[in-house]
Amino acid sequence: MQTPSTHSFEGAGLSCIRDDRVLFEQLDFTLVSGQVLLLEGKNGSGKTSLLRILCGFREADAGTIRWCNDAIKDSRFYAEMAYVGHLDGIKKELTVLENLKMALALSDSGHYSIDEALTKVHLTGYDDVLVQTLSAGQKRRLSLARLLMTGNVLWILDEPFTSLDKQGIALIETLMSEHCANGGMIVLTSHHDIDLPEVDVQRINLS
Amino acid sequence: MSLSRAFFAVIRRDLILALRRRSEIANPLLFFILVITLFPLGIGAQPHLLQAIAPGIIWVSALLAAMLSLDSLFRSDFDDGSLEQMILSPHPTSVLVLGKIIAHWLVTGLPLLIVAPLLAVFLGMPNHSLGILLLTLLLGTPVLSLIGAIGVALTVGLRRGGMILSLLVLPLYVPVLIFAGNAVQMADGGLPVDAQINILIAILLLALVLAPMPVAAALKMSMCDNIS
Repeated sequence: MQTPSTHSFEGAGLSCIRDDRVLFEQLDFTLVSGQVLLLEGKNGSGKTSLLRILCGFREADAGTIRWCNDAIKDSRFYAEMAYVGHLDGIKKELTVLENLKMALALSDSGHYSIDEALTKVHLTGYDDVLVQTLSAGQKRRLSLARLLMTGNVLWILDEPFTSLDKQGIALIETLMSEHCANGGMIVLTSHHDIDLPEVDVQRINLS
Repeated sequence: MSLSRAFFAVIRRDLILALRRRSEIANPLLFFILVITLFPLGIGAQPHLLQAIAPGIIWVSALLAAMLSLDSLFRSDFDDGSLEQMILSPHPTSVLVLGKIIAHWLVTGLPLLIVAPLLAVFLGMPNHSLGILLLTLLLGTPVLSLIGAIGVALTVGLRRGGMILSLLVLPLYVPVLIFAGNAVQMADGGLPVDAQINILIAILLLALVLAPMPVAAALKMSMCDNIS
């Protein structure tokens, strides 16, 4: 996979203004391989807005974002990031396998094959099941399986623990630690406390 | 990670989706057939009048059927986040979007082409102009999908974009309607139609090259204000 320490993700002086309301101003962060950035803050404090700015869906009202010291547009950012948002980006009329194959067609193949990724998220044997018959927690795990089978360094996760049970949360935490140990990095928002003992977790409080 | 693989994967996925949601294909087609079959009933027993306006009827119905099907082009992908994933992929969004438009045409435009000869006979169109009618539909309906895609991409973020969509898109459909309708009318009278066909080809090629980029840009813009 990637060589550790060669990747960095930094934001400098980021601001976001929505409807004349300043959500955050002069926000700085630097993230290198193996680190996690946890965004905290109450509802409406701009966590999701910040994530969408980091993904490039929205322009920051001020400030710059750099990937490996290059501006996002000039870098390999989009080949090296993966995003799981509120909407899981999964078609409910397609089977689990068809969904994952589509995701794979859109990006590099990664560390795990589709089968291995499904095993990792405990969805073995669900290949040919239509996604609309899966439970909310299973859908969430499926969208996280996409992170495992596509090649990426940076995970951007918006509330990854929503609708997961205790085992599900523990599972995702394990996967996140493994990803960081392999030189990956993660930006996430979460209401839950995350339990990642071996990982360097930075926190930004937006409220 | 190759661009052509992604492009064909998008087309394949949308075709599978269309097969699993058959009503979406059936709707515009049924509309097309219904409108055309209602005309003879409304006009009454005047075969010559019907024959004279047949090209117009078929083309206007095709245009409205195309409009009716437009909303399904990006709606479900926008609502479930698939579109976000496409925009975030390292491939150029315009190429992926072109794949979606082609799949959309295969599902909604091509069936019109298949039933059109039958309906033309039904309206009493002379056999020698059937070929030209099919040719204009073959060249014109992809343009309707391509131009329509720009309008849908601009309005997909709005909850009630239907009205604005038709206002945006219909004026842009007019040239296709004029040249296609005129070509069939001329063919009816046994006149040469090379000029109209050439212009339709030119419009199609221009739309094919120029439409995907504004569609991609408009989708990114629609995405920007969508907080959910």
